[in-house]
Amino acid sequence: METTGQEKIGVYVCHCGSNIAGMVDVEDVAKWAAEQLKHRGVVIARDYKFMCSSLGQELIEKDIKELGLTRVVVAACSPHLHELTFRTACARAGLNPYLCELVSIREQCSWVHTDKAVATEKSKAIVSGGVERVIWHEPLEPLHVPIHPATLVVGGGIAGIQAALEIADAGYPVYLVEREPSNKTFPTLDCSACILTPRMVQAGGHPNITLMTYAEIERVDGYVGNFTVMIKQKPRSVNTDLCTGCGICQEKCPKKVVDDVYEAGLGYRKVIYTPFPQAVPKYPVIDRENCTYFLKGTCKACEKFCPTGAIDFTQQEEHIQIEVGNIILATGYDLFDARRITQYGYGRLANVFTSLEFERMTNAAGPTNGNIVLRDGVTTPKVVGIIHCVGSRDKNYNNYCSSICCMQSLKFAHLVHERIGAEVYNFYIDMRTPAKSYDEFYQRILEEGTHFVRGRVAEVTDAARKPGEEGKLIIQVEDTLIGKQRRIPVDMVILSAALEPRHDAKETAKKFGLSCSADGWMIERHPKLDPVATMTEGIYIAGCVQGPKDIPASVAQGAAAAARVLGKIQQKEIALEPIRATIDQDKCSGCRICNNLCPFNAIVFHADRMVSEVNPALCQGCGTCVAACPAGAISGTGFSNEQILAQIDGLLLHNVLRMEPIAE
Amino acid sequence: MKYSYYPGCSLEKNAAAYNISTMAVAKPLGIEFDELDDWNCCGATEYIALNKMAAYTLVARNLVLAKQKGVDQHLVAPCSACFLNLSKAESYLAEDQALAQKVNVALGAGGLYYDERRLRVRHLLDIIVNDVGYDAIAAKVVKPLKGLRIAPYYGCLIVRPAFQGVFDDHEQPQTLDKLMKTLGAKVIDFPLKANCCGGHMTQISEPVAMDLINRILKNAMDYEADLIVTLCPMCQLNLDAYQENVNRFYKTNYHLPVLYFTQMIGLALGMSAQELGIGKELVDARPALAKIGVEVPEPEAPKKKRPSKEELPMPGMRKEE
Repeated sequence: METTGQEKIGVYVCHCGSNIAGMVDVEDVAKWAAEQLKHRGVVIARDYKFMCSSLGQELIEKDIKELGLTRVVVAACSPHLHELTFRTACARAGLNPYLCELVSIREQCSWVHTDKAVATEKSKAIVSGGVERVIWHEPLEPLHVPIHPATLVVGGGIAGIQAALEIADAGYPVYLVEREPSNKTFPTLDCSACILTPRMVQAGGHPNITLMTYAEIERVDGYVGNFTVMIKQKPRSVNTDLCTGCGICQEKCPKKVVDDVYEAGLGYRKVIYTPFPQAVPKYPVIDRENCTYFLKGTCKACEKFCPTGAIDFTQQEEHIQIEVGNIILATGYDLFDARRITQYGYGRLANVFTSLEFERMTNAAGPTNGNIVLRDGVTTPKVVGIIHCVGSRDKNYNNYCSSICCMQSLKFAHLVHERIGAEVYNFYIDMRTPAKSYDEFYQRILEEGTHFVRGRVAEVTDAARKPGEEGKLIIQVEDTLIGKQRRIPVDMVILSAALEPRHDAKETAKKFGLSCSADGWMIERHPKLDPVATMTEGIYIAGCVQGPKDIPASVAQGAAAAARVLGKIQQKEIALEPIRATIDQDKCSGCRICNNLCPFNAIVFHADRMVSEVNPALCQGCGTCVAACPAGAISGTGFSNEQILAQIDGLLLHNVLRMEPIAE
Repeated sequence: MKYSYYPGCSLEKNAAAYNISTMAVAKPLGIEFDELDDWNCCGATEYIALNKMAAYTLVARNLVLAKQKGVDQHLVAPCSACFLNLSKAESYLAEDQALAQKVNVALGAGGLYYDERRLRVRHLLDIIVNDVGYDAIAAKVVKPLKGLRIAPYYGCLIVRPAFQGVFDDHEQPQTLDKLMKTLGAKVIDFPLKANCCGGHMTQISEPVAMDLINRILKNAMDYEADLIVTLCPMCQLNLDAYQENVNRFYKTNYHLPVLYFTQMIGLALGMSAQELGIGKELVDARPALAKIGVEVPEPEAPKKKRPSKEELPMPGMRKEE
């Protein structure tokens, strides 16, 4: 099929300031396209400082109207960034938006090359490929589907709760799913209970929020507007219809275990428990792995004493299916295991604590009733050393800055001063206090008399070398401000451990069809312009799942994600990209190879006719089936064989060299 | 299990006891050592800093000799410095093609060629704990080292830096601890287990070396160790031979014998002190070993040289005027 001569193509080459023009001679590229690709239908080729500006867009619109362009090629940045911009511009001028092709001469050309002549030649080839491809484009119409008004929020930390409340307050139903028995937080600067508890109670009692704690997401199917989610409700062994949350069962339960989750291993909990007094919901759960009844078949103390008969040992795992239109992922982070840095002695030296342990210790309802004491439970430390960046900014563990540790360490210093008046040393690499009022807090801690030592701590040891060191923990550090090695004996060491992605982040990403960075943080659609959306339509991220951040930032993201979801719900229906696969029913042999490969379960098999068919609403246009089909029966709209092969021809400049095209 | 074996210079002389005990325990542990023919010095710790090209050639020659025996046969070095140099050269020569080419020109003079096959270089402790295994050793213990308080001393070289062949934590290694526990000994908490013994600092700046040696001895004494067990000839030499100097220098009164881990394995397997070269150390190990009922024969008193009748008179030194 030969289409040249019928199309009128406009080519627009962007300078992107100096981003492209610095490495590519854009004027030459435009001139070349106008001359050399004229016989392929190019009627106009222009270059412009910023094509994405409104003036740049108007340029295209004007040409479409005045010159009657039928195809548009824009050579600029990655389609990720501005494909929508230029498609919309075309649509405004009356051209079907899918007849516009954006080719990247920035990310894949100007930014990665150092030779201007070569980069210019490459840009020409890329433009040529775009021109050949756009000839084969077809006008497409987006698919309109209704949006389900309910939203799923995964993770009941501060970001998740914030998002749930915003949406629920706007009058739409929310499912809030948390895998622990209750919600929790890890504070930076304020009393966590004061901040989170009211929010939790609010969320727990909100008529529009269905709280599902002790539950996990099993499977997510569907697409924006119409997700089907399978949730596994772990058995609480407590009938929540009967339980009043009186707490007698917890009092009477004879077995105590170390609480690794809420008390950070610093305290104990009963086997039937709510994580903490203000926990929402108020219903306890039985930890079946440790319960004497589940292990040995006797005990049942809780059942005997329960005044309402709410204990139910026979409860089974439940699988609940819900329908939602949008999903917000706020699954938080894991704390770096400080045992990995063996020279800091955590787990070996008794009086080395992690930040989370210390956090629990300072809590009035915590294991020490808020007293700051050594591991023996009674001795008050006289000198305390706080080590920053434990597991952060360290190429052996995590390269990134965990962002909360500086402020958290300052808070610790303040609490130590205030409560026990001990001497405090902070060992830091750089102080990072950039948010509102943060640096003022730093100044205040400086004035309180905390010693700040700039240098990464080499080791924490109990090997005394000189008098005065016996029985102490010695912090060996190079003080980089005075250029000397120092040995500072202290009684207590607090390690400000890094925030790490959840250990199961990769599985979570797969479950929700997201991608995570090499570090393990979920990747946002755009780091600056779209930090809470993801590349999967209808799925948003908020809080530490996207990267380390403190409470104000997490709350902001929770609210931002909620705003995005509300915007979607308000639209009532959504236009789906028409980029999707179709199966030629005559060519399909019914081999079913594509059926299992589809990551979105979008392919149905008609057993009566022995052929497969793509459900256009489910298809995301990934192209897996297109490549896999042995009969070549599947083609991807917008990515047809003709389009791809024509683009390759163009890239190889077969059109200019007048060679036989491979796209026949 | 068959390994290529590179003893290194120290094991020929000052650390002869290490070599003797290694050979003695090899058989009962089922290890077969295939010593390289005509091996040469590895250049010790300093040479690489002084003349990189010559130093790498020196090490590469040994690597070539080992490769001739086949790369499936891992190369074992008991000395920490040898182990580090061999594994360092093996990984750097693979990365740095230009250096490898130069080295090959030099090796060519001797008809040798450093090829691209990769060789695994391992420390003796690594193969004993990982290939033989703690369980197999425990099964062979007939005379547990019960009642002996041991300070396991790794030194700084074998656990860092991270070239190929690393088998334990860089800061708080555990393998030697576990091995000594397997033999029935009480292992003390020894925070300075991976600190530096001073190396050749004894020859360059004695006060620095004295301080480093003193720290280690003090730490072992603070935790009431009966003896220090090590796996490095340099560490053994510094802690053992310089202990008297440290006592004089710091007015301390250390008496901490320093033995090789292979000697301890031998004792637990029921071998006699002589078979294991015990008695060659300078700080007397007899009081410590008496705790576990090991008898060490009196060291032979150096024979007094009787002047022979044929001997010619020695000329006297010139008197200072």
